Amino acid sequence: MLIFEHSRPGRCNTAQAPDHAATTSGIPAALLRQDTPLLPEASEMDVVRHYTRLSQQNFSIDTNFYPLGSCTMKYNPRACNSLALLPNFLARHPLAPESTGQGFLACLYDLQEILKDVTGMAGVSLTPMAGAQGEFAGIAMIRAYHDARNDSARREIIVPDAAHGTNPATAVMCGYTVKEIPTDANGDVDLDALRAAVGPQTAGLMLTNPSTLGVFEQQIQHIQKIVHDAGGLLYYDGANLNAILGKVKPGDMGFDVIHMNLHKTFSTPHGGGGPGAGAVGVAKRLLPFMPIPVAGKEGDVYRWLTEKDLPQSIGRLSAWMGNAGVLLRAYVYARMLGAEGMHRVADFATLNANYLMAELQKAGYTVAFPKRRASHEFIVSAKELKDATGVSAMDIAKRLLDKGFHAPTTYFPMLVAECLLIEPTETESKETMDAFVAAMKEIRAEAFADAAMVKGAPYTQPVRRLDDVKAARELDLAWKP
Amino acid sequence: MPFIPHTEPDVAAMLASIGAPDIDALFDEIPAALRAGKLTQVPAGMNEMQVTRLMSERASLDTPLLNFIGAGAYEHHIPAAVWQIATRGEFYSAYTPYQAEASQGTLQVLYEYQTMMASLTGMDVSNASLYDGASGLAEAILMAVRTHKTSRRVLLPATVSPIYRSVVQSVVKLQDIELIDVPFDAATGTIALDALQRHAGSDIAALVIPQPNFFGALENVDALTDWAHAQNALAIALVNPLTLALLKAPGNWGGKGADIAVGDGQPLGAPLSSGGPYFGFMCCKQALVRQMPGRIIGRTVDLEGKVGFTLTLQAREQHIRRAKATSNICSNQGLVVTAATIHMALLGVDGLRRVAAASHANTQALSALASGVHGVKRLFNAPHFHEVVLQLAKPVHEVLKKMQGQGVLGGYDLSAHYPQLGNALLVCATETKTAEDLQRYVDALRHALS
Amino acid sequence: MSIPSNLKYTASHEWVKAEADGSISIGITQHAQELLGDMVFVESPAVGRKLTAGEECAVVESVKAAADVYAPVAGTVIEVNGELDAAPEKINEDPYGAWMFKIRPDNTADMDALMDAAAYQAHVDSEAH
Repeated sequence: MLIFEHSRPGRCNTAQAPDHAATTSGIPAALLRQDTPLLPEASEMDVVRHYTRLSQQNFSIDTNFYPLGSCTMKYNPRACNSLALLPNFLARHPLAPESTGQGFLACLYDLQEILKDVTGMAGVSLTPMAGAQGEFAGIAMIRAYHDARNDSARREIIVPDAAHGTNPATAVMCGYTVKEIPTDANGDVDLDALRAAVGPQTAGLMLTNPSTLGVFEQQIQHIQKIVHDAGGLLYYDGANLNAILGKVKPGDMGFDVIHMNLHKTFSTPHGGGGPGAGAVGVAKRLLPFMPIPVAGKEGDVYRWLTEKDLPQSIGRLSAWMGNAGVLLRAYVYARMLGAEGMHRVADFATLNANYLMAELQKAGYTVAFPKRRASHEFIVSAKELKDATGVSAMDIAKRLLDKGFHAPTTYFPMLVAECLLIEPTETESKETMDAFVAAMKEIRAEAFADAAMVKGAPYTQPVRRLDDVKAARELDLAWKP
Repeated sequence: MPFIPHTEPDVAAMLASIGAPDIDALFDEIPAALRAGKLTQVPAGMNEMQVTRLMSERASLDTPLLNFIGAGAYEHHIPAAVWQIATRGEFYSAYTPYQAEASQGTLQVLYEYQTMMASLTGMDVSNASLYDGASGLAEAILMAVRTHKTSRRVLLPATVSPIYRSVVQSVVKLQDIELIDVPFDAATGTIALDALQRHAGSDIAALVIPQPNFFGALENVDALTDWAHAQNALAIALVNPLTLALLKAPGNWGGKGADIAVGDGQPLGAPLSSGGPYFGFMCCKQALVRQMPGRIIGRTVDLEGKVGFTLTLQAREQHIRRAKATSNICSNQGLVVTAATIHMALLGVDGLRRVAAASHANTQALSALASGVHGVKRLFNAPHFHEVVLQLAKPVHEVLKKMQGQGVLGGYDLSAHYPQLGNALLVCATETKTAEDLQRYVDALRHALS
Repeated sequence: MSIPSNLKYTASHEWVKAEADGSISIGITQHAQELLGDMVFVESPAVGRKLTAGEECAVVESVKAAADVYAPVAGTVIEVNGELDAAPEKINEDPYGAWMFKIRPDNTADMDALMDAAAYQAHVDSEAH
């Protein structure tokens, strides 16, 4: 039932709105609204019940194991939320003077310093509001760098075929063309293809390391040399930073610019789709181009660095300071982990992934790169199972829902047939992973015994499998009375 | 170990299963030269009690003053239920609803949100949000250029927030889109129609129409929309969604209605919070839906015919269309949208109208009171909504500093972005201000000017 | 399903049919529709548009994928199949009947460079590996 169907004409919540007649004096009638917008007229209790019940129709980290590959669904500590919601932080207007925001600015400044250290970069800007916006900032900086050197013939960004879709989409938004290069049988970038791809037209390479295939790119030192020798810059997609946090610094791998998904590695909530935070880090030569504002410190006083301080900046990407409240959550998390906690993230995320990979192999599943170490995630291919039983990766995913587990990422990366990308994260216990393996074993047995049953899953959710063809053909995007 | 549940026997059993001697061995594919040394700038870890102390101390430095700044972010009362429900773990810690059957809660909220926003703006469809109003406007401009196909020139009037214009510039300049300034009329503070007319007949992809505009003044949206359509350009409405409880919806502007409506959803339940997270909304006519960036939720049925909700039109998006996607956007502002949906449901039409009307009345009252202060006059004569520009006899930054000394944030100094206006101050009083607050403002202003 | 022998084919999985009036009609093959799955939308080129050989000129969209359709030869678009707007599923149901658009080729001899059914079958087989 939709909230609109709870609506009764004349019902309103007078406690929440000012006691003020709807006067519009001074506004000409031609500019006023004549119709009534479709908003519900429901009591506070109806509204509270409706949305509380809806919340219960979600899987979430707080309720279920959520091994969604490349998404780092780790526990979101509650303290991070409650401390970001302290009343003084919430009440501050973004244009209020810096003198009234020294506490907030201090947190952001400290967070920049922490991120610089763990990534090995010379500067950090926190303003991008999501990973994709961080990518935009990074590629825009690469373009600004080449342009500032009058090296504007570099029009091409190289992207491995295993990359997230945001990589090529970002390059295009920055006015570049995209050249895709293949991956070799070990899951590494094909170096010969890379050598053939670089040239005076190369602006840069975007790379995720560990890659989306769940393995560490072992030839990274060769890759960085090939790209740099050709005059290009190296972009690090930090989607998988959780795998190497405190272990390897992207700056040490030779990356010139990186984005971090703070909603992954630094455990800020995913919120059903966002808000994220896509902080960027840069090597020294890109410092002048960082997006603004950046938190600065002079003596004991914090202030924004703006156009005046960074005249070559790629500019502003949000009206104010990105997703400020998300940054506070990331800061609290970083302080709770501390220096010793950073590398533990990578240690246990990697331990969990390798354990789960080993156990699933023992349970009869095929892993994509059995000879490689898993990073913080790994790929199971259901192709053999599908050939034998007809049960696909999607069917396994849906059946897992019945067993109380969120599905892994399915059909990404597309290089591996019937792929399930599995990322347990460091916050899951051995018992939880053992229960997941048991469920996967059951599904495998079910596939051989009764494939049709598995293909009909899920059975225990609020709805059965949805008709997404109908959804796209007969678009129904807004309710009509 | 914070947030890591492993016991020593667990670790031993897991390593045995893997066949690795220790955890470090799991990193043996990483070249030794790349292994990081010690972190030097990261302090030692803190427990929850210690970090609570730290953050409380930091927050205590940021004691809020009586706020009369608007300029794109507005202080409104947010019902207690809004964020209590939005931060329930089931909403807070869920991912993007890719597994529809296990995400019906989030999906239905977003479908309800799309319905509310499409109705508020008078448009056919809404997406599930963009990052914020400024970057949303940039996306609207990119969308208009994609739709128009022949022109890459967009009219971006000076009555659009200078902060938004700066963001738009950062985002669209890399795609060789020309942004053309349109000056405002000195008397009304609205788009100068004669200046606009100079662009008639030139190849224009879109006109951005802010309502209310950055000065709080109301544009002649009907004439502007019709003008854009007469040029075969798209009309992009940039609106404050709260004001749409009272003001004409973009879908009804002019003869055919605006083509795209965009703006910042912050007034619908997002706290000021130093600037974020807020959310950008975007609505459009049905014919443009495949050019719209961002996620979209559709209603459909399951294999037993039961109604359910799912992500749809995904083939426009980066994870499928890659280099040819409508945008690179992936994460949006889902949690803030969840809050906004609950906020709109709680307030309803009547509540939103009251909030908008009370904000308008308070700003009118403030404007009248302030105009009585020696050295203050109202700058523009167009009708306005809940913001107004005052001209002061002294430099604004000096006045604001003195008002701050009295515990009052007096408004936004326009002199940097609009030097031609002299000592101009943009002031906003929302429904949160009482008669005493307004008096306190006027007293502080008088004191600062004396 | 057999590959009709009266049509020509491209490596990017379009089929091309020579019409009696000298124009050609273009659609996507059975193999292509199978890979894409249930069609939900077709974006056709504008009538009158001049195309170069190999130019992207249309898009077919399914729930989980979208694919560009390329002009098999140079020419001018003279007609599009409006039926597909409301019923894109016709491409799944009858791929070789559901033409997407017609063009008048600049040079009819360009057709000779396209694959025949046997060559296309070999091409599909080679892509499967």
